[in-house]
Amino acid sequence: MEHIAIIGNGISGITAARHIRKLSNKKITVISSETDYFFSRTALMYVYMGHMKFKHTQPYENWFWKKNEITLKKGYVEQIDTTKKTLLFSDGENLKFDKLILATGSKPNKFGWPGQDLKGVVSLYHKQDLEAVETYAPNNTVCKRAVIVGGGLIGIELAEMFHSRHIPVTFLVREDSYWSSILPSGESKMITNEIRKNGIDLRLESNLKQIKSDANGKVKSIVIAETGEEIDCNVVGLTAGVSPNIGFLEHSELETNRGILVDRNLETNIKGIYAIGDCAEQRIAVEGRRPIEAVWYTGRIMGETVAQTICKKETLYTPGHWFNSAKFFDIEYQTYGWVNSERHRKPNEAHFHWMHPDQTKCLTIAFDKTTQSFLGINTFGIRMRHEIFNRWLDQNKSIDFVLEHLENAHFDPEFNKTHYKEILGKFNAEHHKNLQLKKKNWSQIFSLKS
Amino acid sequence: MKTIRTLGLGLILAVFALFISLLFMGQYKLTNQAFEVFTTQKNIESPVFRDALKNSVFDQEFSTPFYLANSIAKAVESANETHKKNKEWSMVIWEKPHSLAYQMVKSSGTGFVVQNKIMLWFLTFGLAILGALLFMLPAIKLKGPPGIKNNHIFHSSATNRGWIAWFVFAFLISFYLVLYFRPSYMINWIYLVDPISESLSGNPASQWFLYGFLYCVIMLVMAVRMYIKYRHNKYQVLRTTSVLFFQIVFAFLIPEILVRFEKPWYDFKNAFPLDYDFFFRWNLNELLESGGFGLFILVWGVVLTLVIVPVMVYFFGKRWYCSWVCGCGGLAETLGDPYRQLSSKSLFSWKVERWLVHGVLVFALLMTGLTLYGYFSEAYEVFGIKVQSIQDLYGFLIGSIFAGVIGTGFYPIFGNRVWCRFGCPLAAYMGVIQRFKSRFRITTNGGQCISCGNCSTYCEQGIDVRAYAQKGENIVRASCVGCGICSAVCPRGVLKLENGPEEGRIGSSDVLLGNAMNLMDQLQDK
Repeated sequence: MEHIAIIGNGISGITAARHIRKLSNKKITVISSETDYFFSRTALMYVYMGHMKFKHTQPYENWFWKKNEITLKKGYVEQIDTTKKTLLFSDGENLKFDKLILATGSKPNKFGWPGQDLKGVVSLYHKQDLEAVETYAPNNTVCKRAVIVGGGLIGIELAEMFHSRHIPVTFLVREDSYWSSILPSGESKMITNEIRKNGIDLRLESNLKQIKSDANGKVKSIVIAETGEEIDCNVVGLTAGVSPNIGFLEHSELETNRGILVDRNLETNIKGIYAIGDCAEQRIAVEGRRPIEAVWYTGRIMGETVAQTICKKETLYTPGHWFNSAKFFDIEYQTYGWVNSERHRKPNEAHFHWMHPDQTKCLTIAFDKTTQSFLGINTFGIRMRHEIFNRWLDQNKSIDFVLEHLENAHFDPEFNKTHYKEILGKFNAEHHKNLQLKKKNWSQIFSLKS
Repeated sequence: MKTIRTLGLGLILAVFALFISLLFMGQYKLTNQAFEVFTTQKNIESPVFRDALKNSVFDQEFSTPFYLANSIAKAVESANETHKKNKEWSMVIWEKPHSLAYQMVKSSGTGFVVQNKIMLWFLTFGLAILGALLFMLPAIKLKGPPGIKNNHIFHSSATNRGWIAWFVFAFLISFYLVLYFRPSYMINWIYLVDPISESLSGNPASQWFLYGFLYCVIMLVMAVRMYIKYRHNKYQVLRTTSVLFFQIVFAFLIPEILVRFEKPWYDFKNAFPLDYDFFFRWNLNELLESGGFGLFILVWGVVLTLVIVPVMVYFFGKRWYCSWVCGCGGLAETLGDPYRQLSSKSLFSWKVERWLVHGVLVFALLMTGLTLYGYFSEAYEVFGIKVQSIQDLYGFLIGSIFAGVIGTGFYPIFGNRVWCRFGCPLAAYMGVIQRFKSRFRITTNGGQCISCGNCSTYCEQGIDVRAYAQKGENIVRASCVGCGICSAVCPRGVLKLENGPEEGRIGSSDVLLGNAMNLMDQLQDK
């Protein structure tokens, strides 16, 4: 029986294991040094905030693995012998495999800041990070202030976490507005306001110079590079992005760049060894996407794909239209297709932007200036139907069509107030058109459901 | 703001202490004369009963109701023992001992509590409402802008099975045990609501009136909490208003007013088989004796269960009842909301749930079958089984212990829908329809799920919502009561409760939306 070893029990590795089990009776071993069981790392923040217990982050009950004959092994792989097809563990054990899937995920970036390894410097990626945050910032007496460095999605999560325990937060962001490298300016400004509204001390265009230590090797303060200002704090959260967790491959024959280099079928330079999820780097990026995608669902898709290749026939990694979502304090965000920030906007990309007067909801639609075709949508505080936008992107609909049919894409809870009339009104006024909002139509919503 | 909150909490605790100490207050005296009046009214002829009480309690003053009540109950039992032995059937007292005791104690109270009903009502109910509002209202400011604020739920002793939860558990269990089996022990609480009962139905309050009134007050107060917590979510606001309306108007006011006009007490929204005694002999007789109106209730009750319930479940799912109309659901969604995260999501619980809830449904139907057979054949025994004893068994096990003591008492330990999930026969009936023939589903939004588990954690019915959402499958489950909280707590906008065409209702596929690998190839390979 062929033995498939999977290093990493995150969403990519576990999805691969589950799908290989669905498609075959191969022997499967999933190896992790982080936890015994798969958990959803996106939910770590909720454990600290008291919305959940850690066990609630585990999507499968503990009996699931045995029942499905997926062997779980706790251990740290130090080396891979690719010729002998053997994994060498830090405790001296080894394990032979026939095929290997690397799904080792990411690690938080550290850019060589002085003091970056002091006690009290935390991140939010691994389960151990959660434990560190709990130790160093249990409440606002032990942690009188926390400083967060890096204005991405994990940074704002960490800010929300500290805020939930009434710990004052200073948030250093390199850009002139929160996440402005990704979001168009109107949206970025709205979230910037949302962060400030929640009492976070947000410092824009600010970089970290150094972290200072007290006599016991604990964080005492930080210094901002631009101003030289020193801020007293007990905890520093480093959230300046993540990069592939591939340190242990340094001396292996696997070809790496920033991540483990793979072809479109997710195979590395060595036959029978695959890399999926955050640690994989496409030799040639899938169109419109980055070569490394540290996103939950792309990890899952790669897991689904590699299982097909291993059990049935070679299958290429083919993510469909881009989509994503996040939540910034109380404001939910969804995106379908591409809406680029000013910095990355394509020459033919035009935007239509609408914002609710109370600044808690907004929407931006990107469309092609010449062909008028719909390119993508960002919504804040409004939920949208994935399936509909996926279909409209497939069918290359025009922005007029999309605006007129927004009711079909609406996904907010029943009875919630909608704003499509105002949205259409604004577009009509700006573009001298007379588009009319169409009523929600079930048969259109489900028309392509196979 | 925090001071107001503390003040509110202090007030609640003080009122609670007063409320408990009330149980031990008052003066009770059963005079010979009152005894005579009472027994004549009730056609009680047993001299043994009188003699048993004569020396020990007549004309004596007691400072708590307990001794008197127990003496009366004991006297009933010993009298019956004697009469049954002597086959003096006409002397036997058929009323339940503690029910009789309750009625006699109720009419023999004098002194402080009885003379100060209205003042004490304000000191207990009035101040408790005030305290609760003071405690809850500051949340508007303290918890920040509208949005899901579940911070520290699993850090709090009250909502994570800590000592507060166990204390509330013990209190609720005791409350229900006293309510069902020793109502005379809470006689002083019942006095407090006499004036309200008299103004509605014209009669003094019974323990059931107290329970109904308390139920409405608690729902009203806790609904305020719901309005604050979910003020950003219209679905939650509307459904809370709806359950509140049906509880206060349909379950409380209308039945009491019916009694005032000498019509049968009836809750028009309480559908059989939840309303398990609807087809009992005494109820049928009462309805048939009440002329056209009674007949109307009879027809309504049958149409409600056989036509309205299934048709509504087809169009809207069982949520139309469980989360918008039902009284049990109403309490669960208001008083019970802080406990929703405690329901078990294990596969084991799901198995237990299916056996239990359908078992209760079968039990209810068999009992009703026997009852109706007995009714029409005018027999008290069917297949050698006493109809009365089956009814008593159901009433005791399901009606009192399961629905009341366990159903509500276990809120702080097993979550707020223990009864609805494991015991309610109406929920089981609607669940079957919802599962197989309904337009209702919770739609999963393509590939957006990140498996965080908020939905499963906060599902009061213990449905592992995430298990479906992360597969891109819609949630179509018999037990879902459509409370909408999974959708509310989802941070990524993945879930939506909706009614739509039956075709494509479950909408599952092997691979989630977002993965564009050629599925036709995969299908052909199969």
